[in-house]
Amino acid sequence: MKLDPKNTQRAAVAVLGSATLLTLTALIFIIVFVLEKGLPVLNWSFLTGAPQDMGRAGGIFPAIAGSVALTVLAVLLAAPLGVGTAVYLTEYTRESRLTAIIRFGADCLAGIPSIIFGLFGFILFVTILKMGWSLLAGGLTLALMILPTIIRTTEEAIKAVPLSYREVSYSLGATRWQTVYKVILPNALPGILTGVMLGVGRSLGETAAVIFTAGSSLRMPASIFDSVRTMAVHFYLLAREGISAENAYGTAAALIIAVLSVNLLAYWMMNRMVAKRT
Amino acid sequence: MPVTSEKIMQRLLLAVAFSALSALLLIAVFIISQGLPFIFRYGFREFLFSSQWNPQAGKFGIFPMVVSTLWVTLGAMAIGAPLGVAGAVFLTEFVPRTVMRIIKPSIELLAGIPSVVYGFIGVMVLAPLIRDHLGGPGLSLLAGSIILGIMILPTIISISIDSIMAVPKSYREGSLALGATVWQTVRMVTLPAARSGIAASIILAMGRAVGETMAVIMVTGNSVKIPGSALEPVRTLTANIALEMGYATGMHRQALFATGVVLFVVIMILNFSASYVMRQRKARR
Amino acid sequence: MKKKALYLLFSVALVFSAGCGKNKQSITLAGSTAFQPFAEKLAEQYMTSNPGATITVQGGGSAVGIQSALSGAAQIGMADLVNLPPEAKDLSATVVARDGIAVVINPANKVNNLTTGQIRDIFNGKIKNWKEAGGADKTITVVSREAGSGTRTSFEEIITGIELVGEALIQESNGTIRETVANDAGAIGYLSHGLLNEKIKAVQIDGQDCTTECIMTQKYLLVRPIFLLTKAQPGAEVQRMIDYILSPEGQQTIQQNGLITAK
Repeated sequence: MKLDPKNTQRAAVAVLGSATLLTLTALIFIIVFVLEKGLPVLNWSFLTGAPQDMGRAGGIFPAIAGSVALTVLAVLLAAPLGVGTAVYLTEYTRESRLTAIIRFGADCLAGIPSIIFGLFGFILFVTILKMGWSLLAGGLTLALMILPTIIRTTEEAIKAVPLSYREVSYSLGATRWQTVYKVILPNALPGILTGVMLGVGRSLGETAAVIFTAGSSLRMPASIFDSVRTMAVHFYLLAREGISAENAYGTAAALIIAVLSVNLLAYWMMNRMVAKRT
Repeated sequence: MPVTSEKIMQRLLLAVAFSALSALLLIAVFIISQGLPFIFRYGFREFLFSSQWNPQAGKFGIFPMVVSTLWVTLGAMAIGAPLGVAGAVFLTEFVPRTVMRIIKPSIELLAGIPSVVYGFIGVMVLAPLIRDHLGGPGLSLLAGSIILGIMILPTIISISIDSIMAVPKSYREGSLALGATVWQTVRMVTLPAARSGIAASIILAMGRAVGETMAVIMVTGNSVKIPGSALEPVRTLTANIALEMGYATGMHRQALFATGVVLFVVIMILNFSASYVMRQRKARR
Repeated sequence: MKKKALYLLFSVALVFSAGCGKNKQSITLAGSTAFQPFAEKLAEQYMTSNPGATITVQGGGSAVGIQSALSGAAQIGMADLVNLPPEAKDLSATVVARDGIAVVINPANKVNNLTTGQIRDIFNGKIKNWKEAGGADKTITVVSREAGSGTRTSFEEIITGIELVGEALIQESNGTIRETVANDAGAIGYLSHGLLNEKIKAVQIDGQDCTTECIMTQKYLLVRPIFLLTKAQPGAEVQRMIDYILSPEGQQTIQQNGLITAK
């Protein structure tokens, strides 16, 4: 058979199509595998109950609380910095060598492996600043990890605010900051929230950096100087140490559902923003 | 009054704008200051090119970890890059846009699956398959490459789709008008035009593969040995740090930070290349 | 601006409230991953009978136990070494339990007894197949702990002459060793006697079972003490915690969960 263009075309479609199918199958398999084993365990008392016997029995409430507390802290620390950086880059300066360096710094920060963040947080926050394994040390470390995402998404969102809005604001005599604060930020809010949500998703799933900085104590935190165990760390320990496969799958299912819903929310907001723009 | 507050705001924002950059520098300074003196004291060549890693006996050669990291990453790229680029091409050129608009975000959502979950599935499903059908202990270079190859798929697909979509429609129309099939157009026109974006996606994915820790610790077996085959267990640079950090004191701990320095340098090289490739693309436009 | 001020106020409040929380009596134990589960159990019990106290348990390993007791990061360090390193000489060390190290294989493996010499040869890579150690024709997968682990150090000090074979899988805790050996029919590893379960099988060493009786009567070879380390003058609260662990109730918990009592 001679390979005329039509046959090549058919072959290409077949090969590319099966590659796509393989990709989707692999990724869907992972979700289905975890949910199938985990969903039967998930119920109200599992989510709200205290763990017993090191997590072998009982619920995972302290781990959920740990994840939420750590994530909220990281976002509270990172959001003002990220939004501020984006505002400066888009509204307060022209494209220059300086902005290129700042952007490059953010991109590089995004590429740093989590274990390096873990080492850094362990040395600086846990050891030198004597925070110990704590919410605070973990939150600071995670904040640095999610900062680039928030900067990038906010920048895109601010750029999407039509120029005419700014012109109207300035023509009314508003100062630059007034324009940013009253016109640009409110209009860019969905985009900013998208960045924050993506950061939340990343914080929820992170393990390596968290275990070195926030520790793994399975108790309800009473202050930001207490160590916490997040859902991801709890899952890791339950599964790895063979403490309870059942509860491990339950925790993984809860974690995956949480991360996917947060990401879904982020996409929904981003789509709404895009829809509004066009 | 408004004028002063305006000035304060501007200064404040300028200061804030340096947060990411200062964080990066701070991390670099810390890791390097903790690790570099050790490399000099122990000997650069001895540290990087010796295969003896026995912290108890004061032997710190990370050559097996360097080689293993290289192999695991190459393996992951060999699996993830063709699949990812093929998927991106298929979804942009051969499938209705509405379908692509559903599948692309779904694949991006999957980027959010925590790495510990990937690792766990590697241990529970993949390692036994390898052990039973191919031999060896199952926890191996191959298992690590496959799991990482799957983990980087969303990165490659998502960025590749964006760069393929950015190729102007007129290019394609011109080619199709000349009687080329869709595949010929993809091969001769679209892919070459989207080349640098695809390359950047692969470099970024490589960075992710080199830096991944938890999933790798779980599935690669962590032996300190230059692998003789894909079925043998290996230990990557990241795994070396995460495994032994808890126990390390003195020289041993410095050696782990020095491992961090090597990792950091590799990642920065990848970051620079990705940003260089991306800039080239912008310059051509 | 109002929102921003509120935000700032909130963060400040958060920091202050945290500062106040710190005054509450709290003790951190850190170190040995082998003793960590028992410490967590003991802490659970201690807190039920002393509602005012908060006990935090961290892993990290024996070296971390010693380091954090020295630096004050933890009030109590946990270490499971046969011999404490020289830097621990300024700390006050209390033996709170003893722990056998079981050499474990997959239950599918028919081997029941290994000599010290065979164990040494297996971990050194001289014996590579189970048929050379009285088992079926199957390649041996050696599973060991990471360098610096208290269990590994004790294991190698007692067996002596071990130069771990390069192919050995390295796992970072007792639990992961157990899971790995349970999943691989050719595997051999070692772990804390207290963590034995039905998924794995402990072999006899030189004809001696790894049971509480044999450890108590010192017939079983692989035994190491578990130390709690504190500053030379521990605080009253810390001392009370240690006293509780040494009390009949604490020791009973230790025994019920598979460790051997201190005396």
